[in-house]
Amino acid sequence: MEREFQIRSCEGFVMPENAAQSALPIISNQETGSCWSCGSMRAAHYCQSCGKVQPAAPVDYFSFFGLPRKLNLDVAPLERDFYALSRKLHPDLYAQSNDAEQRKWSLEKSSQLNDAYRTLKDPVARTEYLLRLQGVDLDEQSTQATEAARASGKTKKQVVPPDMLEEVFELNMQIEELRMNQKMGAPDPDLIEQLRQHKKSLQMKLVAVDEELRGGWTAWDALGEPGVESASKPVIQQLVDVLNRRSYIRNLVRDVNEALES
Amino acid sequence: MERIVGIDLGTTNSLIAFMEGETPAVIPGADGLNLVPSVVALDDQDPTKAQTIVGNAARKYLIETPDRAIYSVKRLMGRGVEDVQDELKFFPFRLATDLAPGEVLRIQLGAKTFTPPEISAFILRQLKHNAERHFGAPISKAVITVPAYFNDAQRQATKDAGRIAGLEVLRLVNEPTAAALAYGLDKKKNGIVAVYDLGGGTFDISILKLHDGIFEVIATNGDTHLGGDDIDNLLITIALDDIAGDMKVDLRRSAEAVQAIRKAVIDAKILLSSGPYIKLDIPLPAGQRYQREITREQFETLIEPVIQRTIGPCKQALKDAGLEPEQIDEVVLVGGSTRIPRVQQLVETLFHRKPHTELNPDEVVALGAAVQASILSGGSEATNNMLLLDVTPLSLGIEALGGVVAKIIHRNSTIPASATEHFTTGVDGQVNVAIHVLQGERELAKDCRSLARFDLRGIPPMPAGLPRIEVRLLIDANGILQVSAREQRSGQEAQVSVQPSYGLTDEQVETMILESFDYAEQDLEQRQLIEARNEADTILAALEKGRNNSAWGELTSAEKRRIAEQEKALVAVKDGTDFHAIRNAIDTLNQGTMRLAELMMSTAVGSALKGKNMETANVGEGPTSSHPIGKAEFE
Repeated sequence: MEREFQIRSCEGFVMPENAAQSALPIISNQETGSCWSCGSMRAAHYCQSCGKVQPAAPVDYFSFFGLPRKLNLDVAPLERDFYALSRKLHPDLYAQSNDAEQRKWSLEKSSQLNDAYRTLKDPVARTEYLLRLQGVDLDEQSTQATEAARASGKTKKQVVPPDMLEEVFELNMQIEELRMNQKMGAPDPDLIEQLRQHKKSLQMKLVAVDEELRGGWTAWDALGEPGVESASKPVIQQLVDVLNRRSYIRNLVRDVNEALES
Repeated sequence: MERIVGIDLGTTNSLIAFMEGETPAVIPGADGLNLVPSVVALDDQDPTKAQTIVGNAARKYLIETPDRAIYSVKRLMGRGVEDVQDELKFFPFRLATDLAPGEVLRIQLGAKTFTPPEISAFILRQLKHNAERHFGAPISKAVITVPAYFNDAQRQATKDAGRIAGLEVLRLVNEPTAAALAYGLDKKKNGIVAVYDLGGGTFDISILKLHDGIFEVIATNGDTHLGGDDIDNLLITIALDDIAGDMKVDLRRSAEAVQAIRKAVIDAKILLSSGPYIKLDIPLPAGQRYQREITREQFETLIEPVIQRTIGPCKQALKDAGLEPEQIDEVVLVGGSTRIPRVQQLVETLFHRKPHTELNPDEVVALGAAVQASILSGGSEATNNMLLLDVTPLSLGIEALGGVVAKIIHRNSTIPASATEHFTTGVDGQVNVAIHVLQGERELAKDCRSLARFDLRGIPPMPAGLPRIEVRLLIDANGILQVSAREQRSGQEAQVSVQPSYGLTDEQVETMILESFDYAEQDLEQRQLIEARNEADTILAALEKGRNNSAWGELTSAEKRRIAEQEKALVAVKDGTDFHAIRNAIDTLNQGTMRLAELMMSTAVGSALKGKNMETANVGEGPTSSHPIGKAEFE
């Protein structure tokens, strides 16, 4: 018998603060075993002798592609692997299969493949992901948190990089002034020009920050196998700072763009 | 092995195609035509007698009895009452008057009401029938195309329509992606392709990377309510305003008149793609005529705002793909509206290159669906290396505190895609958690499209914040959401009950399938009878026109007498229930009028030489019958 239930408003639950961090159940390496179907040793995702998809094991995205947890990553071979695995795992291959289990595993595996590829091929998503694997709570830095804060009209508790304090202050004043101008219907061309200059300077800062990010990757990768905490901690902090700075600058660019476009 | 067909279920026209050997081909209907107009009509006011008519045969009802005919129903698929208010201003959709809140829309057709998926199922059933007739074997599996920018509810509604029509929908494929498949099959190239698809009711732009047989969609964007219909509506509005202003006749409420104007302006629109101007000349009810000349230039000025609306989505797609227009190697045009020269110009300016027009823009989507069907059935020589990797067009999010949407799967993520989220309770002992899933790009839940509300039940009572419920959301290869949930602390599998915000429940679909089985019982015989009657009407009407043609005078009196006898014989059996008798009478009359048809053809050619056009020579637009006399048939 189906129970009657009341649909409550979404106020009835809260997302735990560490939701994003704990979203990924991690097993560091895939166990090896034999193919459930034909008995021979299995490849990571499908049986190399009979081709059947293996059940999805909860692995981290690096392990999924058989990669070490390193941040300098060549995207070309990753793409090749992605295409090759897609040809083995995609649900199209099982659309007509009577084997419900194979259909389910193919769906799960290929979604895992797509999720992993999407995360690893993007430099920022890859860095954020690795930091989460290291137990870093990135909530304050994540774009998602920024969007949520913007939408609810809250100011995000984001640390302004100290060397940018002055610039940010000036920029916000100018954006505010431009908005007032626009409301009165008389935008000041000088002000617009100044904002354009600001935008240029911010974009140059973005280039610099991306360079810093790559520096952080190299430092991380140089740590070698399971890093000693005393060695990895400063590198993690460096990466967190760079990401924080980067997202801060990007948000400023967005604010300037919005002000200029409106 | 059973054949899998590919279906383009379009706003204006629908087609069914199949991979014949190594090339996809459209399967024509009994009338020999590839396009089945997406028009559904009931042929009788009496609901107990009324039969459903689909396609070309249904078009005349749009003008004669518009309350029993419907077109462009795709605009209503997966939408709620509050979504369609704009549509109702321009489209003669008559919603059922007894709609309960939250109920799926129902449309009044004569004395009956139908949901949009049921109407679409009539069209699908006709296509299925065309294929079964062609192959002489039953068809039960299909790939159906949908606009790339369709949301979850619209996709689900399309899948429901398939089920109601007795088709297992093995895959929903995005229309522009299907077009790329058809296009790529020929070219076997690697590179970046943009597909610009402006159809009757929807606009899509997709950017794909072709790589050794893999068709990877990088970004897609669009507008599910932008297309040729909008252009028609502009022209209709002008005509109605003119008529109201100059002639002091308000025809806005006259469905018949509006439909007659609609047909005329569509013809005009099509002619304006090749000619410099057209003359509208539309007979009105009170014996008046509405006449007006429209130049290409005027037309282009008029439609500019409509086609400008395609620019934003194109730029967004390029931005999402991280590409500059120069990096696009090829541009493919899809959809009838891309025949408009101004649209082609706009595309050329946007992407800095001449678009491909060599594939028939009306057929390319169906051909692509047939290619995907071939891939799903294991592949042929031509397709076994091909794989389509599509994306979800809209971001998926969950409503969090304060009505904010937390995006968990971003738009343009390759599908299948998944996300895992954790939830807990806010009150001690709470055993249910309600979750609201939304689709869209806006930040606040009220601005996004509500997809589903689901309820996690059976959570063991615990202090607030202690339960840890893992919810896994997965978008499958059709772009449709699947949800599963688990309470982790107790290890209990939480039950998930998904309540779609728009759409039919499984039970409703099952009922509709059962109803359609009833329909199928009487089906074959009835359908053959209806088809025979329609064909009889067609040929009789054509003969009537033939009598007014100068060619009639060239027949001998014996010939005339014989035709009259054959005509009488057909009229006598036409309304009976013996379809064999009707068929035989049609064949006899066909034979008897062969010479008349030939004479009419040559007269027509002669008149054309004398400066008259085919229409004044009474040789109508397109053939609606395989018989030569069909040439003189009205639409």
